[in-house]
Amino acid sequence: MSHDIHLHHITRVEGHGNIVLNIKEGRIEELRLEIVESPRFFEVMLVGRHITEAPPITSRICGICAISHTSASIKACEAALGITPSREVILLRKILMHAEVLQSHILHLYLLVAPDFFRVGSVIPLAKSNPDIVKRGLRLKKAANEICRILVGRHVHPIAMTIGGFTRVPTQRDLEEVRKVLEMAIPDMEETIRLFEGIDLPEFNRETRYCSLKEAEEYALYDGRLYSNDGKSMEVQKYREFITEEVIEYSTAKHVRSGDSSIMVGALARLNNNYSHLSDKAKEAAQRLGLTLPCTNPFMNNIAQVVESVHCIYDSLRLLDLLSSAYPYPQSPTPYTLKEGQGVGVVEAPRGTLYHEYGVDEKGMVRSVNCIIPTAQNLANIERDIAAIVPMILDLPKEEIERRLEMLARAYDPCISCSTHFLEVKFIE
Amino acid sequence: MKPKIGVFSFTSCEGCQLQILNLEDELPILLGQIEFVNFREAMSEKGEDYEIAFIEGSITRESEIEELKKIREKARILIAFGACAHLGGVNNLKNFHPQGSWLPSVYGRTDLFSDTIPTKRVKDVVPVEFVIPGCPIDKKEFLRFIQGLLLNIQPRLPDFPVCVECRSKGNICLVEEGKWCLGSVTRAGCDAICPTYREACAGCRGFVEEANIESLCNILMQNGLSKEEIRDKFRLFNGLEPIDL
Repeated sequence: MSHDIHLHHITRVEGHGNIVLNIKEGRIEELRLEIVESPRFFEVMLVGRHITEAPPITSRICGICAISHTSASIKACEAALGITPSREVILLRKILMHAEVLQSHILHLYLLVAPDFFRVGSVIPLAKSNPDIVKRGLRLKKAANEICRILVGRHVHPIAMTIGGFTRVPTQRDLEEVRKVLEMAIPDMEETIRLFEGIDLPEFNRETRYCSLKEAEEYALYDGRLYSNDGKSMEVQKYREFITEEVIEYSTAKHVRSGDSSIMVGALARLNNNYSHLSDKAKEAAQRLGLTLPCTNPFMNNIAQVVESVHCIYDSLRLLDLLSSAYPYPQSPTPYTLKEGQGVGVVEAPRGTLYHEYGVDEKGMVRSVNCIIPTAQNLANIERDIAAIVPMILDLPKEEIERRLEMLARAYDPCISCSTHFLEVKFIE
Repeated sequence: MKPKIGVFSFTSCEGCQLQILNLEDELPILLGQIEFVNFREAMSEKGEDYEIAFIEGSITRESEIEELKKIREKARILIAFGACAHLGGVNNLKNFHPQGSWLPSVYGRTDLFSDTIPTKRVKDVVPVEFVIPGCPIDKKEFLRFIQGLLLNIQPRLPDFPVCVECRSKGNICLVEEGKWCLGSVTRAGCDAICPTYREACAGCRGFVEEANIESLCNILMQNGLSKEEIRDKFRLFNGLEPIDL
């Protein structure tokens, strides 16, 4: 059987990408996941700017994971300047990271993935056929956005997050408001688990290397050491030994490997590495959703996102309890003096590990920049998954092959603006 | 007939499109009033019969110029959607670095993606009927625009500076505190959200008409900022605007 598949600009993903697949007599002759998003050159733009501008500028790498970029950037700046923010500042940042992970996962699950399960082209017909489902997704998304609005002004390009702390420290009333929003989201989250309990995902397993942050005490999103499931563990400063980036001719996003293996980052990788630190309610959800770990089915990344969403709600409530008992907070932002330095900041963005590294001179001007984006880390792995799944689905009609491949790529929740942009499938016949 | 709308994304973070999806309360109602025929971030269907095109992002590749021109041919109304489309946004910052340095510093080579060009605003490539400013856009402003469209009322942007909104909220003035802020020369409509959260207005909505830039520069210099620092602040979003500093 021969197919020439060219999925041009894969839809319902963030950014522009293509899948090119050429199959001759059942053999893959050509397979590329092309990233055609326009490069933006943040590594250039930031050079010569003041370090205080690094977080607001790099937030503009991605509208969906703006808080993750801002957090990674702030952490890199603080590492370069030798600043340790207060415990309360870190707790607040963790709540914000939870809100962003929740916002991003819900957006992906309800608005981008759910149409596949109901066999419609988008959330727009879904809003007609299943309005309750769409409205519930929007309510949950709104809850996450509300938390960001209350604490830092908005989600798409947070305002009050800055080096050393917050330009405006949330009041106790703000925290109470956040708590109410979280508590009101619980019934909708419960319904979300029920919705995904009933969904059949393709059975497809391929072992790969799962990379994420890992902490001793809690489920790592804001902090931790670099960890991969083959046992490698190191300080974030040594990230260049942990992963290597390479330029691929057909992709404006670089590819990333760990040793000779492609890697997977994101919700499933984190669950594989850090399951034991999940909140009890999230563990319960994993069980109900049939997610047994370790799991090597990339389609289950969708389910992993449901489990993490549950965790984000309950863990935020725990963090709020810790914060409430600590009021009033120390001065924020922590005062600091500019100095020459080099700093690495790493967080777990919704789609996986996000790295920022800056060099700054004694006047606080940025002299060097490196950012490694989660989606870029997944690209090589998505290609290998496609190569492995194609022989299993070759006998299906071309449209069905295309649908499956888009679903596979979409399961990774690629964020192509970030990685530069993503997806269409091109068959070559 | 519901107006048919296309949302198109060029070089950007796609955060302005996301602001449409962030209209959680209004989205179900909105979908009854307008028809999205092309919105890649949210849907697989791709219609070419749009009459209104929202353009997000700056133009930074030769191929984007051609794509934008094709959209312009089909659209009756074309809107520059967000700061990247309107002003060049943060994308313009690369224009202040030698073009030859861009590719080597990111990819380590120059033979790939060489159709990269200096950042252009949408209006530098095709005529634009309307602007929805901001980084990101204000979702209420987007709604007002849609309402105007449905009622056939020409939408208007505020013609006063951010300062007016900021004062009316009772915020303490950052400039009076000796800091920097571009609120006095920037078009209002954002409800002064940045100064309200104690962060300076960086001018993402573009200059208000008859902005007194010289006067603001003098005050900022009194506050201890150097000419270069002030220039950098203006360049963040307005680097492509003709200002003499």
